Amino acid sequence: MDVLTQNFSLYRDGFLGTVELTFYASLLALSLGLLMAAFRVAPVRALRAVGATWVNILRNTPLTLLFFAVLLGLPRFGLVLPFRLFAVLALGCYTSAFICEVVRSGINTVPKGQGEAARSLGMTFPQTLANVVLPQAFRTVIPPIGSTLIALAKNSAIAGAFSVTELLGTYRTLNEQGFSIIWTFVWIAAGYLIITLSLSALFGVMEKRWGIAR
Amino acid sequence: MSGSTVLYDLPGPGTRRRHGLYAAVSTAALAGVLGWLLFLLLDSGQFTAVKWTPFQYRGIQELLLRGLGNTLKAFALAAVLSLALGVVLAAGRLSAHRPVRWLATLLVEFFRAMPVLVMIFFIFVALRVQALPALVAGLTFYNGSVLAEVFRTGVNSVDRGQREAAYGLGMRKTQVMGYVLVPQAARAMLPTIVSQLVVALKDTSLGYLITYEEFLHAGKLIASNLDYDLPFIPVVMVISPIYIGMCMLLSWFAHRLARRQRHSPRTEAAGGPPAEPGTLLPGAQ
Repeated sequence: MDVLTQNFSLYRDGFLGTVELTFYASLLALSLGLLMAAFRVAPVRALRAVGATWVNILRNTPLTLLFFAVLLGLPRFGLVLPFRLFAVLALGCYTSAFICEVVRSGINTVPKGQGEAARSLGMTFPQTLANVVLPQAFRTVIPPIGSTLIALAKNSAIAGAFSVTELLGTYRTLNEQGFSIIWTFVWIAAGYLIITLSLSALFGVMEKRWGIAR
Repeated sequence: MSGSTVLYDLPGPGTRRRHGLYAAVSTAALAGVLGWLLFLLLDSGQFTAVKWTPFQYRGIQELLLRGLGNTLKAFALAAVLSLALGVVLAAGRLSAHRPVRWLATLLVEFFRAMPVLVMIFFIFVALRVQALPALVAGLTFYNGSVLAEVFRTGVNSVDRGQREAAYGLGMRKTQVMGYVLVPQAARAMLPTIVSQLVVALKDTSLGYLITYEEFLHAGKLIASNLDYDLPFIPVVMVISPIYIGMCMLLSWFAHRLARRQRHSPRTEAAGGPPAEPGTLLPGAQ
């Protein structure tokens, strides 16, 4: 118990580190995922190929390998950024592939008539996508996006193991100081539970407000 | 692609020309990005002979092979054990005894909510278990509980009539499960199970973080311990295609199973929608 009270600032930093990492990586994953989903449903074959390649490669890459390549590899090109930024890049790109697939399956649930109606009003492809199809698709994909982002929060632990300030990383310092290792982990686990449970509560609320059963 | 999408009609000649233009522009942009990457690789001297000669040495090749072997060993153990744990937990969740059901539910929910890596570290650091058992145990707890949910939903999705008919024939619950429900559920859930195994295969690379001597670890050794001008990028270029290739092969297999089942009369008889392969994303079931 006193592991938490005596090292509260350390835990707080780790906890906030995980929250921050999750937040920025989510932003990147959502925007990149949306872009890739738009590519995958575009009428231009080259763009579809780009989207498909992106998704298939990233979905089949172990996240540890991606972290290994990005965190340790990019600096060898002379690309030196803060570790946290590399971590956000790796996590965001990895998760964007899953977001892309979720959004794409959401687009497929929109009835064809909606798109036909939009076109008959003279809307262009970007207009149809942005004003008619995506708003409806989003409402059906709230739950799977929620579970994808929860997975992202859990995956951020890998960043901690690669020496980014993060919740799991706190164990290293506490271990060296000789605190009860079991309790150390109990509080780390509690921290992750807080994050994942609040995310799922947040998405539960969003689903209740905007979700639709078709 | 036919015009069977919600987003656009079959393009006419003018639109086709415009699409051609878009295609040309995006291909050029892509080629630019790839060219820039190639330039970076060449500019930082990644293709010089000195960076690639280490791969000719027998010792290095054996190190990589041993790493790959260890990765596959961890995967095989984790796959078999998580299937077993999944069956046990699913049986627990479907049990008629309330305490058993509660215990199984608690375990499944807890293991699914924890990051795999935290469990692996806990077992490795706090319980002082060796690296391989720690990795396999962590993967088993996590994937086992996900598979338990797959099995449970699979059994529940078998058409009610099958169960009722079996009970009507006078079978006991174990018989209904073993002879009627599980065989049909297993067939329908096979693609999802295989794609969960892809997650397990990908996650064996977490062993790198607890210094289990798997494939990535072998790469790290070559890249950092040997003084051949640190061939880090070449190591990544050798390791990544093998890792990604293995996972893609397994995913492709899951897809093929799913496609074959969509047309199979046997799964249609079982009722319920045929299983899509899962998301390959840890924790996103």
